[in-house]
Amino acid sequence: MTTTTTTVPVTAAEDTPAVRRRRRRGLAPGKRLPASRIVGPALFLALWAAASAAGQLDPGAIPAPWTVLRTAGHLWTAGTLPTDMLTSLERAAYGFALGLTAGVVLALASGLSRIGEALIDGTVQLNRAIPTLGLIPLFILWLGIGETFKIAIIAIVVYIPIYLNLHAALSGIDHRYVELAEVQGLSRLQFIRQIVIPGALPGFFVGLRLGVTGSWLSLVVLEQINATSGLGYLMFQAQNYGQSDVILVGLLIYGVFGLVSDSAVRLVERRVLSWRRTLSS
Amino acid sequence: MAPHTQQLTAAPAVQLRGLTRSFDGRTVLDDIDLDLPAGQFTALLGHSGSGKSTLLRAIAGLDHEVVGSGRLTAPERVSVVFQDSRLLPWRRVLDNVLLGTNGKDAAEKGREALAEVGLKGRERAWPNELSGGEAQRAALARSLVREPELLLADEPFGALDALTRIRMHVLLRELWERHRPSVLLVTHDVDEAIVLADRVLVLDRGRIGLDLTIEAPHPRSYRHPLLGEYRERLLAALGVTEDHQ
Repeated sequence: MTTTTTTVPVTAAEDTPAVRRRRRRGLAPGKRLPASRIVGPALFLALWAAASAAGQLDPGAIPAPWTVLRTAGHLWTAGTLPTDMLTSLERAAYGFALGLTAGVVLALASGLSRIGEALIDGTVQLNRAIPTLGLIPLFILWLGIGETFKIAIIAIVVYIPIYLNLHAALSGIDHRYVELAEVQGLSRLQFIRQIVIPGALPGFFVGLRLGVTGSWLSLVVLEQINATSGLGYLMFQAQNYGQSDVILVGLLIYGVFGLVSDSAVRLVERRVLSWRRTLSS
Repeated sequence: MAPHTQQLTAAPAVQLRGLTRSFDGRTVLDDIDLDLPAGQFTALLGHSGSGKSTLLRAIAGLDHEVVGSGRLTAPERVSVVFQDSRLLPWRRVLDNVLLGTNGKDAAEKGREALAEVGLKGRERAWPNELSGGEAQRAALARSLVREPELLLADEPFGALDALTRIRMHVLLRELWERHRPSVLLVTHDVDEAIVLADRVLVLDRGRIGLDLTIEAPHPRSYRHPLLGEYRERLLAALGVTEDHQ
């Protein structure tokens, strides 16, 4: 067994040689490595590049990283990539905005009033039980095969986690704070604005991050099922022609979108919830 | 002791007549009659489960949904200090002190209250940056800023370490001398009650078992010889006998 124990720096070591105490090993994971988020992906990329350069990978199935980059550049300048990206972004943004609004409004109505809760909460829970992607055929019948049904599906996927988390946070308000508000003579509106809403923000951000991820997830599915433009369409076409590099370009862009939007939400969250001090900070 | 004479004639700040409260058929407060004169510092002692918190919550008006009867009059401006500081973690200390106040000079009053409790310069701190004692000081400032006629304190120092508690005792007594609200301090600490209060009530099975006026000059030391007598009487009323003596 190897133990990495260090001794406590003893200033007058010659006086107390017998009681040198071993410092207890901490149970916390310790200090974070520099740039720890990038280490894993960078290693993966290096392996991929090395294997491609060594000719160990079938370029038809897994093209080299530089091939993917070259294809991306080519699609950007000479192809439809800019319009495809814009279309996808637009769909995700519309769907997300709609879902966010619906989720927040419904959660507020249901979390702040008993009548609202009776009307809304059960219905949303029922909606949650139905897999949203299973609604696609019905929505195509109702809304046609254009943009509207895609945005509607994305909005549903987004609103559910936002509603659930915000509603739970609103109705789970600490009873001690309710008492405090009564003692301090807050009006109902002041109580909601100064205690309930700020207290529910951490829960809201959990829902928001799930919602952002959900919007990309549903977008990928929708664009592969029936679309005439967009990143998913691009990838679907590439599949027909065996262009694995184009598929990888599409995946890469989806990944970047997801990463950027998630980071943006986390940035806002850190700003808004700056009063929180957690283990991760 | 000039301030006391004018208070003798004033109407009581709190008046309870036949106050009864029960939970699930169990009577917690049983037909209590009690007057708290304006400006008096009263401590309320009792075992856990004796109903002392229930009594405080009834006076604070925090017991809607509790079955009860009886008549209760209390001043309009009542402040409550809880056992936990109950600061909102998402508001800075000054904004916590100002919770529920308005008016253009509110912020100035809040700063003054914080200075009074020794938290000058911590206005912009977040509550989770404060120590337990500091948080409770901020809670005191929050209750002071409303200029209460009645200050209700529910074991406000119960969660503090012994040294901080002594410092808070001195502070609370000073604040009382300066602002003269009526105080009802709920505690299970007999020494705390004797050192701080001018009148000590013992609540026993939902009734006032003992009503004791403590006549000793302030500031009182824990080792003041007079206090030993009061201590024994109060412990006896609480059913505690010191066999080891």
